[in-house]
Amino acid sequence: MPEGLQRLWRTFFDVDQIMAILPEMLAVGVPNTIILALVAVVIGTVIGLVVSMMLISRNAIVRMPARTFVDVFRGLPVILTIYLVGQGLPIAGIRIFGGNSYAYAALALGLIEGAYISEIFRSGIQSVERGQMEASRSLGLSYFETMRWVIVPQGIRRVLPALTGQFIHIIKGSSLVYLLGLLPDQREIFSIASDASHISGTLSPMVAAGIVYLCLTIPLTYAVNAFDRRLRDGARPTPEPALTPAHQS
Amino acid sequence: MSSSRHPVGVHAENITKVFDRHPVLQDVSLKVEPGTTTCIIGPSGSGKSTFLRCINRLEEPTAGRIVIGGEDITSDDADIDAIRSRVGMVFQSFNLFPHMTVLRNITLALMRVRKMPRDQAVAVAEAQLEEVGLLALKDRRPSQLSGGQQQRVAIARALAMQPDVMLFDEATSALDPELVKGILEIMKRLAASGMTMMVVTHELRFAREAANQVVFLDRGRIVESGPPDKVFNAPSSDRLREFLSQML
Repeated sequence: MPEGLQRLWRTFFDVDQIMAILPEMLAVGVPNTIILALVAVVIGTVIGLVVSMMLISRNAIVRMPARTFVDVFRGLPVILTIYLVGQGLPIAGIRIFGGNSYAYAALALGLIEGAYISEIFRSGIQSVERGQMEASRSLGLSYFETMRWVIVPQGIRRVLPALTGQFIHIIKGSSLVYLLGLLPDQREIFSIASDASHISGTLSPMVAAGIVYLCLTIPLTYAVNAFDRRLRDGARPTPEPALTPAHQS
Repeated sequence: MSSSRHPVGVHAENITKVFDRHPVLQDVSLKVEPGTTTCIIGPSGSGKSTFLRCINRLEEPTAGRIVIGGEDITSDDADIDAIRSRVGMVFQSFNLFPHMTVLRNITLALMRVRKMPRDQAVAVAEAQLEEVGLLALKDRRPSQLSGGQQQRVAIARALAMQPDVMLFDEATSALDPELVKGILEIMKRLAASGMTMMVVTHELRFAREAANQVVFLDRGRIVESGPPDKVFNAPSSDRLREFLSQML
C-alpha cells in the first residue's frame, strides 16, 4: 500500500481505536444522544403545534410573535442559539435549570427544532382542503375541535417525510451541546468521539461516531416511512369482505 | 328514514353578500315552510351555492337576517356551533374525513358535539348507515368507497345529528350519472318524511318531483319562485324560459 493511503487508513479507519471507543460510545454516548434528541423532539413538537396554529391565525397580533419566533430561530446559526440559551439565559438570571448545561442544551435544540417544525406543520395544515373545515364546522364542531380532530391529524400525516428529516436534524444537532461543557457521563456520541480523538491524535473515533449516527438515523427513516405507508393504506391490509351488489352504488 | 324531531321553517330576509366589492347576492328573501322542500336552481355563478352557505353561515351575509325555527342565527349573540349542529349540510365533494373510518366519520360529532358516550354514538351511527344501506362498509376508509357510497355516508353523517333542516349543495354534481339516482332516491324519501330541506341542484326532474317550492336565482337575485308546476310549466320571465330550454 502506498504510504499516503496507509496514513489515511490509520487516521480514519484504525480498527483498534474504533473498537476501543465503541463500548463507551454505546453505553454513555448513545443513551445521552437519544435522551437529548427525544427531549428536543417533544419540546419542538409542542412548540410546532402551538406556533403553527398561531401562524395561520387571521389575527395579526397572534400571527406576529409566531412569525418572529420562527424567523429568528431558523435564521440564527445553531451554535449561536446554543450559546445564547445555554449561557445567555443563566447570565441573564433565568436559571431555570440551575447549572445543568445538559438541560439548557436540550431546550436550545427544542427551540430551534420548534421553529422548523412550526413551518412544516403550517404547510401541512394549510394543504388540507377547505371542505374538511367546512364539513366539520357544519356538524357543529368548534374551530379548535375541528383543528384537533380533523385538520391537524391530516396535516401532520402529509408532512411526515419532512418531519423525519427534522428528527434526523435533531439527532445530529445534539452533537453541538458539547459547546456548553458536559460532565463525563453526560457526554453524547460526538463528545466522546471528540475527546478520544484529541487523546489519540487520530480521527478514527469520529468515524466510529459517524457509523453510530448512521445506525440511528437510517433505521429512523425507514421506521417513519413504514409508519407513513401504514397510515396511507388505512390501518392494516386485511382482505376486504366481498360486497353484495346492493352496496355497489 | 329518520324524520326531523320538530320541523322548523327557514326565513332568509334581504340577504346580500359582497365579495371584494362584487355583489354575489342582492337582497334575496326566501321563506321555507316547516317540513317542506325548496329547490334552488339557476345558472352557475348565479349565487345559489353562496346563498345556501349563508343559511348555516359558512358564508357570512354582508347584510340581512336568517331566522331558523324562530331564532335569529345572524345576531351577534347567536351560538353558531349549536345552530350548525341542528342544520345538516351535504356538499358536492362529499367532504368525508379521509383519515377516519366510515363509522368514525359519523360518531365524531355525536361524541364531541352531542356528548354521547361511544356505545350510544356507535349505535346511532350504525342505525343511520343501515338506512342508507352501507352498514357493511362501516370499517372502510372513505377512499375505499365509490362516490355514491361516500355521498350516502355524508348524508348519514348529517342525519345522525337529527337536524331540523337539511341543506344540499349540488349533492349529485360530482357523481357519475349512474350513481345519481340512488342519492336522489334518498333525498326524495327524506323530503317525503317531513324534513325541512333546501336543495341547490341541477336536477330539474328532482326539483319537479320533490320540491314544494322552486326558486330561480340569476345574477344574485331571485327572478322567479313558486310551486314547481308554475315555475316549470308557466315561467313568466324570459331568463327562466331561456334557462329551462338550455337545461333540456
